[in-house]
Amino acid sequence: MLEVKGLKKYFKTPHGMLHAVDDVSFSIKRGTTLGIVGESGCGKSTTGRAILRLIEPTAGEVLFEGTDIRKLSTAELRRLRCEMQIIFQDPFSSIDPRQTIAQTIEEPMKLQGIIRDKRERMARVLELAEMVGIAERLMNAYPHELDGGRRQRVGIARALALNPRFIVCDEPVSALDISIQAQILNLLSDLQERLDLTYIFITHDLSVVNHFSDDIAVMYLGRLVEKAPAEELFTNPLHPYTRALLSAIPIPSLHNRRERIILKGEITSPIEPEKACRFAGRCWCADDRCRTEEPSLTDLGNGHFVSCFQAN
Amino acid sequence: MQNKKRYRGQSQVYQIWYRFRHNKSAMLGLVIISLLILIAVFADVLFSYDGIAIKQNIMERLQAPSAAHPMGTDDYGRDILARVVHGSRISLGIGFGGVAIALFGGTIIGAIAGFYGGKVDMVVMRVTDIFMAIPNILMAMIIVAVAGTSAVTIAISLGIAAIPTFTRVARGAVLTVREMEYIESARAIGAKNSTIISKHILPNCFAPLLVQTTLSMAIIILSVSGLSYLGMGIKAPIPEWGSMLSASRAYLQGNSYMAIFPGLAIMLTILALNLLGDGLRDASDPKLK
Repeated sequence: MLEVKGLKKYFKTPHGMLHAVDDVSFSIKRGTTLGIVGESGCGKSTTGRAILRLIEPTAGEVLFEGTDIRKLSTAELRRLRCEMQIIFQDPFSSIDPRQTIAQTIEEPMKLQGIIRDKRERMARVLELAEMVGIAERLMNAYPHELDGGRRQRVGIARALALNPRFIVCDEPVSALDISIQAQILNLLSDLQERLDLTYIFITHDLSVVNHFSDDIAVMYLGRLVEKAPAEELFTNPLHPYTRALLSAIPIPSLHNRRERIILKGEITSPIEPEKACRFAGRCWCADDRCRTEEPSLTDLGNGHFVSCFQAN
Repeated sequence: MQNKKRYRGQSQVYQIWYRFRHNKSAMLGLVIISLLILIAVFADVLFSYDGIAIKQNIMERLQAPSAAHPMGTDDYGRDILARVVHGSRISLGIGFGGVAIALFGGTIIGAIAGFYGGKVDMVVMRVTDIFMAIPNILMAMIIVAVAGTSAVTIAISLGIAAIPTFTRVARGAVLTVREMEYIESARAIGAKNSTIISKHILPNCFAPLLVQTTLSMAIIILSVSGLSYLGMGIKAPIPEWGSMLSASRAYLQGNSYMAIFPGLAIMLTILALNLLGDGLRDASDPKLK
């Protein structure tokens, strides 16, 4: 359904080009979820936004059902927004404080002119509110009157208003309480089943992504380092970074301690990176080749891709 | 128990009015402003313009307030009450007109500069800086000197002179709001730039612009008197609060009422405007419900 080829986003900084997203490629099948994980600043949110052209990508192709999104005109892109939506990380800043809940949910339909009759549109707003679990009495409330979980439900309702088929979830639960997180995650997976949605699920929480995703992509400093089906990635991680990342998941048990891999060294600067593996500076199995040559994503079969010389 | 109130849309204006009504000082401001506007509209009914407001009567000059002249008379024997009443037309007219021009122009220019950023912002703000380096009154004088002195040209020139201030305020407010995530979310649902500016950015810049509006209106009303004093304002016999005030300068010691009443009128107007502005700002902010 969605295919990303060689996506790049560089930002200009006073010290040179910052390679936020560098040559990222992947594809997603209809009705599945791709989880993108990685530490802060690795470019996962930038990837999500570049796919929707909320940020203009520097290079690469984003094919949504065959059409290259980067070649669309502004008007065509606006129409395509009905198909592709985004749920933001922070429900406290992603909703306009001066609009009521009803206005917020109604706005996309009004802008895209999907339902022109006001009464019908209001009925649809209520239907959406019910779908995501917002009480009708809150329709006239303002965002600041709601808690984080309810606001995030409003954000979800707004994204669903246009009947999209594809949604980028940009860390939709990381700003929420742990108990609310579960509610929102359940809601998202219920909706996926009911509406046949395709998700990109961006997060830094590995246990969340494990429950939620069909495929998982691991990013490090703008690069896609490993991509595999969720189960495969958790049982057979090949990239050293993925292994270190997985070893950091806490186990809720007193007796079972996992041996953690503690990374040493500094994160390489993403500004004008040298031609080398970006993880080499912190990797315990890096050799000379890793420091002079950049590995590319190679297919190991069974949908497992990895970008490391040591893994092959 | 069964309190089943179906949801129905409430208009934004109704909600603002609902909150505004419960704010006593804001309502006081609204009442005063409404009264002043009524007085300005019905000035001719209250006092004849030719017969009283500009009719000189040397026999009655410099009289203290009395039953015949509740606010006394000025150095030409004109009734000050009648002049204050007629003066409200000019002062309020120039104040509202000037500030409307400044608010409209400054907000649009500032919003565009702040929203698009980059080179547009650079050019607009440097030009604004140049204009800000010229004192408002001088700027107004230049325009008046070219276009002539009438209430309309004075309103326009003072309005234009105040545009840079509004540009700065608007741009600053837009810069902070522009970075909010809800702007990005508006873009994600397919909003055009014009929709984003008018529906999301400007409503969230309302507070600083409103405060600037009430302040600027006071400054504009005062600037009119400054212009009159410099001989570039409202022409002599026409009653105007500022020029009445500056005419009273020579008589302050013995006949201070000549300054007090027009001064009070200016003060009352500005006080009421400030109360109204603060009330509107609070009423329009949903967080202060």
